[in-house]
Amino acid sequence: MTGGPNQNGDTPNPAADADLDSQGAALGLVVDGSLSQGVEVRLDPATSVEEVKVGAFVTIRGDNNNFFGVVTDVSLGTTDPRLKHTPPQVDNPFIAQVMSGTVAYGTISVLPNLIMPAVMGDSHEGPSAAKTIPPHFSRAYVASQRDVEAVFGQEDQRHFWIGSPLDMEHKLCIDLDEMVKRSIGVFGKSGTGKTFLTRLLLIGILQQGQASSLIFDMHSEYGWGAADPENRRFAKGLKQLFPAQVSTFTLDEESSKRRQSPSDEVVRIGYGEIEPEDVEMLRETLNLSEVAASAAFNLQQKFGQREWMSKFMALEGRDSIFELANDIQVQPNALGSLYNRLSRLKRFDFLVESTRHDAANRVIEHLDQGRHVVLEFGKYGRDLTAYMLVSNLLTRRIHNKYIDRKEEAEGGQGREPRPLVIVIEEAHKFLSPSVASHTIFGTIARELRKYNVTLMVIDQRPSGIDSEVMSQVGTRLTCLLDNERDIEAVLEGTPGSRQLRTVLARLEPKQQALIFGHALPMPVVIHTREYGSTDSYEQLSRSAAGWTAPSPGETIETQGERLEREISELFPEDG
Amino acid sequence: MTLDGSPPRRVGEVVEANSASFTAQCYTLYDAPPLGCIVRAGSPEIYGVVCRVATEPLDSSRPVLARGETAETEEEVFRDNPQLTRLLTSRFEALIAGHREGDADRHYLPALPPPVHSFVYTCSPQEVARFTSRLDLLRLLLNSGLTIADEVLGACLRRAAVAHDDSEAFLLRAGKALAAELAGDLPRLNSILKKVSP
Repeated sequence: MTGGPNQNGDTPNPAADADLDSQGAALGLVVDGSLSQGVEVRLDPATSVEEVKVGAFVTIRGDNNNFFGVVTDVSLGTTDPRLKHTPPQVDNPFIAQVMSGTVAYGTISVLPNLIMPAVMGDSHEGPSAAKTIPPHFSRAYVASQRDVEAVFGQEDQRHFWIGSPLDMEHKLCIDLDEMVKRSIGVFGKSGTGKTFLTRLLLIGILQQGQASSLIFDMHSEYGWGAADPENRRFAKGLKQLFPAQVSTFTLDEESSKRRQSPSDEVVRIGYGEIEPEDVEMLRETLNLSEVAASAAFNLQQKFGQREWMSKFMALEGRDSIFELANDIQVQPNALGSLYNRLSRLKRFDFLVESTRHDAANRVIEHLDQGRHVVLEFGKYGRDLTAYMLVSNLLTRRIHNKYIDRKEEAEGGQGREPRPLVIVIEEAHKFLSPSVASHTIFGTIARELRKYNVTLMVIDQRPSGIDSEVMSQVGTRLTCLLDNERDIEAVLEGTPGSRQLRTVLARLEPKQQALIFGHALPMPVVIHTREYGSTDSYEQLSRSAAGWTAPSPGETIETQGERLEREISELFPEDG
Repeated sequence: MTLDGSPPRRVGEVVEANSASFTAQCYTLYDAPPLGCIVRAGSPEIYGVVCRVATEPLDSSRPVLARGETAETEEEVFRDNPQLTRLLTSRFEALIAGHREGDADRHYLPALPPPVHSFVYTCSPQEVARFTSRLDLLRLLLNSGLTIADEVLGACLRRAAVAHDDSEAFLLRAGKALAAELAGDLPRLNSILKKVSP
């Protein structure tokens, strides 16, 4: 018998707390667990379950390693199952005090994600993924600022401050280099702050300077900003904050003028640029049958790529359509319905019979200068057909150019194209299982960064996105979701998804997001950085850690080139 | 007893001892230390918790008879039968809870029980506080097999609490230690806690 204060758990072992200054408050002891399910920590009697929140960071001191994890569940335990049937006399404060923390206690489930470097502050050795768990009776502590910093890095050119962990003041940063290497997903119910989060990410990409972004701005809220009804103020857009680095294109000049949003270019699209693949993708929104949609391919064969649409639209009268149907061996009714549905496109003022102005090329020119392009849809943003048509069409052409350039660069005939992040909203319309296989976005999502183009998909129904595409989304940021299928879709293929589900379902409806994937060493719930106050604009405009973005026109190094330059600087060739 | 501040007092002498407990006879009739009191015997000291107090005939073959049928008061019975005080004796039994080894308290059984005829003393408050700074004796009392073990335990804790500067903190600590011991037996824990609740 060696009982005493320690065994009774009311005073922590002083030897274990010798360097308490580098630790947060003690929480309790590891009493159970597994690598797959996480470990169970029995809370010290002095720690109330109310003080520990799901999503909070915890460090656990093992014998040889320090583990860093996140609280995934909080529960109440009892040593005697009879407790719930005959509760003790808790109206006697003495009995209540004795019972709490001993017979009736709190436990937390902690998923140990990382093993901290043995030497804190050693920047060369970062945290590594945990492949084991701490042994029994390891002590758990609230993670200190220092721990969080060691795991998520400090704000610099590569790390962008996106928010702070729950109940902590610390700046939590995401690794932008890693983030733009793969596709990014921003999910959440309507009104949970997806737009604000996306604005922050875009500013991060803009400040980091390694990639350009092309934003298909459905509701015209990224370029010149939009009203923020929650805070009754106007949230500035990218163009307002970074006028030199952002170009705005518009489809609806009138709307841009009304909103006093200066646009650099007005986009016009000629019929010649529409391809049968675009029609295929619009099948659902145009309510076209498969046969009718595929008739576009026959038309293309008949009239040629640049001409098919204008020639087809020039037809007049039912008879001429039927005649053409016979000619190209398509069912006459199908061709008739294709004609009717495509005629609807005529109401889009941005669609013109022919234009000298090649929108895709103009976008690429701006991107090449290191600028970020926001395409505002104005009134067409309310029309999904217009949004899908234009974004699909431009993206396909830009993607093709990128493929050409990338291949040229591989053949030593030019520079690598600057990495591009394409931002689309209502992504499930483009990436649903039925269309993802043949839209350009599905292709981009699947082929990863092979051609230096990645996607940032913004969506409120992630369950509508093809799971194959979803599995390629490298970094996911999700605000509150409450539909079971959406939650499942977002977490699919993520280690510890069962535990994250609890965390995700408990997010606050505002300004909170769960982030996981390549840009972070472990999943984390953040309180999103403020966006919208004068201070926040000032902080955001000030480039991270004294770093300044390259001015437009200046030659921009790609990562590969930077590496080569650094190597040649380090090892100058002799002679 | 001594908890009111009076110095340790010799209360009797060991008349029977085994590894787990010893029995002492009091020098004065009805002068046994109360239930739950911590006493010491022998040198080096062996500590025990009083778990049974009895007053009985010296000669167990001569049972006590009722003698006061005609007496007005109880005192009259003794006055009329002055031999009675000589025929009766008070004894008490103490469960051994630990011993002293050099400068340290050992909260486990000594190698040998106190020798017969060792004097038995009550403890000073300082001694009680020191000895109960660890609460290993709880387990000893809980597992003693006595039918009144919980009563002895309750009494012992109440008495020991008075010896501590912060008796409430002591009781809380003891309560928590008790809860750890009785984690699987809430009703028993509950009933003991009610006995010691300040």
